[in-house]
Amino acid sequence: MDLMRIFIISMLINNIILMRFIALCSYIGMTNDVGQSFGMGIAVTFVTVLATAATWPLYNFLLAPLHLEFLEIIIFILVVASLVQLVEFYLKKNVPGLYAAMGIYLPLITTNCAISAVVFENISRNYTFIQSIVYAVGVSMGYLLAMILLAGVRQRMRTSPVPKFLQGTPILFIATSLIGMAFMGFAGLIK
Amino acid sequence: MKKLWNIFKAGLVTDNPLLILMIGLCSALAVTSTVSNGIGMGLAMTFVLLFSEIFVSTFRKAIPSSVRMPIFLIIIGGFTTIVDLVLKAYFPELSKSMGVFIPLIVVNCIIMGRVEAFSYKQKLVDSIFDALGMGLGYTWVLVGMSAFREVLGNGTFLGVQVMPQSYQPILFFILPPGGFLIFGLFIAFNIWMKNRMALKAEAAAAKENA
Repeated sequence: MDLMRIFIISMLINNIILMRFIALCSYIGMTNDVGQSFGMGIAVTFVTVLATAATWPLYNFLLAPLHLEFLEIIIFILVVASLVQLVEFYLKKNVPGLYAAMGIYLPLITTNCAISAVVFENISRNYTFIQSIVYAVGVSMGYLLAMILLAGVRQRMRTSPVPKFLQGTPILFIATSLIGMAFMGFAGLIK
Repeated sequence: MKKLWNIFKAGLVTDNPLLILMIGLCSALAVTSTVSNGIGMGLAMTFVLLFSEIFVSTFRKAIPSSVRMPIFLIIIGGFTTIVDLVLKAYFPELSKSMGVFIPLIVVNCIIMGRVEAFSYKQKLVDSIFDALGMGLGYTWVLVGMSAFREVLGNGTFLGVQVMPQSYQPILFFILPPGGFLIFGLFIAFNIWMKNRMALKAEAAAAKENA
């Protein structure tokens, strides 16, 4: 029950893009079509879960016992960056099909704030390992959902008459605002 | 002189970091629910940007390009720490309400972007004007957005009640969707201003030719 709660809160109620303004760059930049945003979403999910699985034990079994908590930021960023690199090598060699689909998104992910936010929050919220993984999946599913929603809206917008002064990026933010308003309805899901 | 003014103006309008370049958005949208946060964040950012650019530009010939990123981070991190400590010591309230976004200035793309793209290649004076333009460009957007959001969403300005007592605050503007909406409108306004400036320049050029 507790895990379900974490999942729903992180995916819908506190959606990382629409409610917390994190990872906006990729949200605006990578949503030109639904396929692209889906690829990006899946790649982020994959790396976030892996990064959580790597950083949680590292912090709790290595940094905390040695009282090196102040190294958290530097070490986590290094871990995420090298993890992305390793995943890229592995996929390139062993699963070329997946690499072709996901490969171009991987380098972009190193600097995705959603991943850094998740790995730091797992620690600051004192989640257990299982809870951290669920939280990572929830946040990245929320990311995927928001990406696909905006990509869908953008596809429709191409054939609609947008007022001249809102053409380009302004209309994207206004659409986001409307999607966000719809998401506020989810707040009632959990008391 | 004309060149310096153009660099300055680029940061304010034509290359505004938030509205045109679209970098450093997270902090901008998150802190603008009150005016005092907007001003504080804008000035903190301008300070770090200015001194980082001065430092990088002064020592640009001494920084080897292969290790420039870590060096930039250390310089930026140093000034961010100064801001963080000063705010904690003299403005504890402000520091608390801006929370994690002050330390996050270190990884703000605006500073990294300007240091890398501008001051690492340009002269000191140019860099100072670039930093001031970009910093104030960031600040005016933040202050403008937070003014709208606080007055409409809370009925106050800098914590002082400005709307009549009977005014029912529109909570929407304080909440995240309101931030997105106001931001979208600000981008639209900036594009309009940029087009107007381009038209004026064209008209002036045509007049000179005639």
